Amino acid sequence: MVESTINATQAVVTLDVPIQGLVWGSIITVNMWAKSIGTGVVFLAAFLWFRHKKDEMPNLRWLMPVLAFVSLNVFLLFTLIDLHQPYRMIHIFTHPHWTSSITVGAWMASLFLAIITILMVIGVADAFPGLGGKKCKLTAIARNNSGFYEKIMPFMVFLAIPVTTYTAIIMAQSSARELWQAPTEVMQMMWAALMAGSAALIFISGSWSKEARKDLALVLTFAVFFSFMMYMGEYFFSFKSSEAEAVLAYVHSGGAYSVEFWFGMTLGFIIPFFLGMSYMKSENMTLLRFAAILALVGLFLVKDVWLKIPQMLPLS
Amino acid sequence: MKLGFLVDLNLCMGCKGCEIACKVENEVPLSTWRLRVKYIDLGTFPDTRRSFTPLRCNHCESAPCERICPVSALHYLENGIVNIDSDRCIGCAGCMMACPYGAIYMDPETNTADKCTYCAHRIESGMMPACVVACPVEANIFGDIEDDHSHISLYIMEHKGAVQVRKPEKHTSPTHFYVGGGNATLNPLAHQRIEGFSLFNDITHLEHVGDKNHGILDRFLAPFTGHHGPTDNASFIESATDTESHEQEGGH
Repeated sequence: MVESTINATQAVVTLDVPIQGLVWGSIITVNMWAKSIGTGVVFLAAFLWFRHKKDEMPNLRWLMPVLAFVSLNVFLLFTLIDLHQPYRMIHIFTHPHWTSSITVGAWMASLFLAIITILMVIGVADAFPGLGGKKCKLTAIARNNSGFYEKIMPFMVFLAIPVTTYTAIIMAQSSARELWQAPTEVMQMMWAALMAGSAALIFISGSWSKEARKDLALVLTFAVFFSFMMYMGEYFFSFKSSEAEAVLAYVHSGGAYSVEFWFGMTLGFIIPFFLGMSYMKSENMTLLRFAAILALVGLFLVKDVWLKIPQMLPLS
Repeated sequence: MKLGFLVDLNLCMGCKGCEIACKVENEVPLSTWRLRVKYIDLGTFPDTRRSFTPLRCNHCESAPCERICPVSALHYLENGIVNIDSDRCIGCAGCMMACPYGAIYMDPETNTADKCTYCAHRIESGMMPACVVACPVEANIFGDIEDDHSHISLYIMEHKGAVQVRKPEKHTSPTHFYVGGGNATLNPLAHQRIEGFSLFNDITHLEHVGDKNHGILDRFLAPFTGHHGPTDNASFIESATDTESHEQEGGH
C-alpha cells in the first residue's frame, strides 16, 4: 500500500470522512446558462440596433424582451430550486448582507427582470395592437408609453453587465474553489453571454436583413473563439494554487469530466466556429442555426464541467 | 476577548472522543460532522506511524463563509466566534463553497448550513467546549488568545516557531492552531487517498436521513402537505429498524 504513496512524504490517508461531494450541481449550471441567454440577447439587441435600422429586424423589439424574460425566469426558478430552504429567499431582501455577491446579484437580477418585464409588455403591446381588446388597461398604458422602451433600454444594457458578471464574483468569493478566479471568470461570463445571446437570436432572425444576420454570425464566431481560447488558457496554462492545478492535472489525465469537457468544447466551440466562418461566405441559414444549437448545448456542458471539477478538491 | 483553539498533535492519540462529544453535545445528525479526526499513515513499512488530525471550523478572523452569506446567518460574536443562525439560513450552500477547510455541512434535519461554533452556548455559561472536556490527554487547548496569561497564549509562546494553521495562503487568519503538525498532516495534497485501501472508507452516506422532505419538489410542497417540522434522530432510529431497505441502500 505505502509503495504507491507520494514519495516526498510517504503519507497516505487511512481515515477521513468527507463532509460533502458536489454541493453546486447541474441546477446551478442551468442557472448560469439561462442567465447567459437572458443578458446576452440584451447585449446583442443593443449592438444590432446600433449597427442597423430597426425595420431591418422588425420582431426584435418584442421578441428580445420575451426571450430575456423567459430565460431570466428560468434562471431565478433554478436559483430558488437550489436553495434548501426556498421559502426563505425573502431573507435576501429583508435581511441583506451586502458583502455577499449573492445578495447584490439577487437585487440586481430582480431589478433587471422588472425592467425586462416593462419592455416586454410595451414591446408586445406595440407589436400586437389587438391584444387584450380595447378595454385592456395594461396594453393601453403600454401603448401610450411606447417611447419609454427606448428611454430605459440604455439603463437595461448597462445593468446587464453586472447581472452577467456577478456570478463570477460569487465564485471568486467561494475561496475553497481555486479554479474560479475573478478576472478570468468575469470574462468567461461575458463571452458566454455574447455566445448564448447571439445563438438565441439566430433562431428569430429569419426575416432580418442579411447584414444583421451576418453580424449575429460574426459575434457568435468571435465569442466561441475567444471563449475557447480562455478555456484553453485556463486548462493548460493556469498558474493557480497547487490544489487547483492538481485537480486540473487529474482531469487532463482522463479523470472524471474529461470526456464531457472535450465533448462540450468540440460541440459548442470548435464546430460552431467553423460553421460561423462558413456562414460568412455561404450564408447558409440552416448551418447557422445548427451552429447556434451546438453552441448552446456545448456551452451548457462546458459550464457544467467547469462548475463541478473544482469541487473535487480535497479540503482536508 | 478573542477565543482560539490549539490542538497539540503530539498528544492526540486519535481516540475520537472529541468527535463523539461534539456529536452528542450539539446533536449533530447522522452522516454529518462538526468535528472529525483524520488519520494518515506515514513512512514505509516497517518504519510507519499513524498521525491524527482533529479538523473543525477555524473561526477565521477574515472568514470567507461570513462574507459570502447573503443573509448574515453566519456572523461574528464579540468573542470572535463565527456563529450560525439556522433560522436565518436559506440553504444556498455559499458558505460550504467558500470555506477552504470543508468545515460546513448541510444539516439534513433542518436543511440549513451548520458547523462548529466552539460550543458557543457552553461558553456563554462559562463552560469549555465539549471536545475540550472530553479529550483524555488534554490535547485540545482553548481560551482567550488576546490574554497573554491564558493557557493557550502561554502554550503558543512556549511552542513559538512550531505553531501552524491550516492553509495560511488563503489569508483567512484562522484562530485554530496546531502544534506538532507537519506538511503531510495539514496539506491536503501531501498525502494520497488510495481507493479501496483506507480504513472504514466504505462509508454509507445517509444523506438527509431525517428529512423526508428533502426532494426538490417535496421542499416546495412541504408547507402544504402536513409536514410538521424536521424529523429528529429519534424518529430516524425508529425508521432504521427496517434493515432490509437500509441494506438495499448500501448500508451494512
